[in-house]
Amino acid sequence: MIRQFGPADILFIIEAVRWTLLLSVIAFVGGAVGGLIVALARSSDSIALRRISAVFIRIFQGTPLLMQLFLFYFGLAVLNLPINPLLAAAVALTFHASAYLGEIWRGSIQAVPTGQLEAATALSLSYRDRMQSVILPQAARIGVAPTVGFLVQLIKGTSLTSIIGFTELTRAGQIVNNATFDPFVVFGLVAVIYFLICWPLSLYARRLEARMRRAFTR
Amino acid sequence: MYHFNFTPVFDNFYLLLYGAWLTVRLSFVAMILGLVVSVLGAVARTSRYKILRGLVGAYVEIIRNTPFLIQIFFLFFGLPAVGIALNPNVAALVALVINVGAYGTEITRAGIESVPHGQVEAGRALGLEPVQIFRYVVLKPALRNVYPAMTSQFIYLMLTSSVVSTISANDLASAGADLNAKTFASFEIYLVITAMYLVLSLLFSGLFRLVQHTLFNYPASR
Repeated sequence: MIRQFGPADILFIIEAVRWTLLLSVIAFVGGAVGGLIVALARSSDSIALRRISAVFIRIFQGTPLLMQLFLFYFGLAVLNLPINPLLAAAVALTFHASAYLGEIWRGSIQAVPTGQLEAATALSLSYRDRMQSVILPQAARIGVAPTVGFLVQLIKGTSLTSIIGFTELTRAGQIVNNATFDPFVVFGLVAVIYFLICWPLSLYARRLEARMRRAFTR
Repeated sequence: MYHFNFTPVFDNFYLLLYGAWLTVRLSFVAMILGLVVSVLGAVARTSRYKILRGLVGAYVEIIRNTPFLIQIFFLFFGLPAVGIALNPNVAALVALVINVGAYGTEITRAGIESVPHGQVEAGRALGLEPVQIFRYVVLKPALRNVYPAMTSQFIYLMLTSSVVSTISANDLASAGADLNAKTFASFEIYLVITAMYLVLSLLFSGLFRLVQHTLFNYPASR
């Protein structure tokens, strides 16, 4: 039965935003932990660690997020776990984000002037102290703009979890569209909501980037 | 214990290979058209007409801040409501071009702005026509400067193109979905397809390196 698109539908779509945000937060936090490990491995002295982390990044940056979601989703069955879209989505997006953030932060770590590392080593600081007190604080400043930029990509990426059946913003839009058959309005509204979430972040990232550029050309 | 069964995948491997070819063709056409949109967009974005700059700016911001999945839904399901019905393959190509065009516009604009103005003046002093100045003095060095960013955007486009399977356009991902519906060897199918996408992205980055060596094989000016 086709019904008219009404306030209840708008409310249903808006309420689904929390799942998009929750998934983004989970993936971003998980990805931050994973990304830090990947970045440290990628810029470590051990050839084996560098190779393994490079392959990890290659795989997750060289394959579609949609396929990664399918693999983790059907992979649950392989591990004899119950099918759970939220779990599959959260794990897949965490790995995805780990690869991207790992690569971004590797770049930030390597952008810190080598003199800093040499000075820290000359002071005979341990690896932990070198990283924690000398390299990472400076790398964090360099990496914050592209990190916010990636967060936008990650939030947009959560829309693909609708395809494995997780009911977030996009899936809510599909459900409403199936009942009202008013795709122009429904997907228009969903697009506006994504835009309102992502655009401020994009602007913020650009401002950070401009500030960074000024700081470095001084 | 799960029993892996790759037989249905490799018995029908030709279907997946054909799907991979469709993905290559779709991405390649989208890259070429996307490059055209990017250059036109960047020219408009740096033009002296404020309205034009504003319009292209809005296009870039809207596309870059909404998911591709929603864009393609809007194009494929939404536009028929206002009388524009596209078949899935056309909608897929249009959506990909519009999407990559927005990112490409920003990348190309950054490239154009990186060309020193003295270079344009030198071109003028040599008596080049405005079109020649744009083609040889501005665009080529601009694209050379942003080549890595542009090509990684193109590879990302190829990966994103898997999403067109949701509107049943023909590509590698939808070949996989068809095979999955027939054989139910889901994990095995998607494992193989994911590996195929990885191979495609390696092939594309190899191709882009080759193009770089032939097109931009001259020493940097600075």
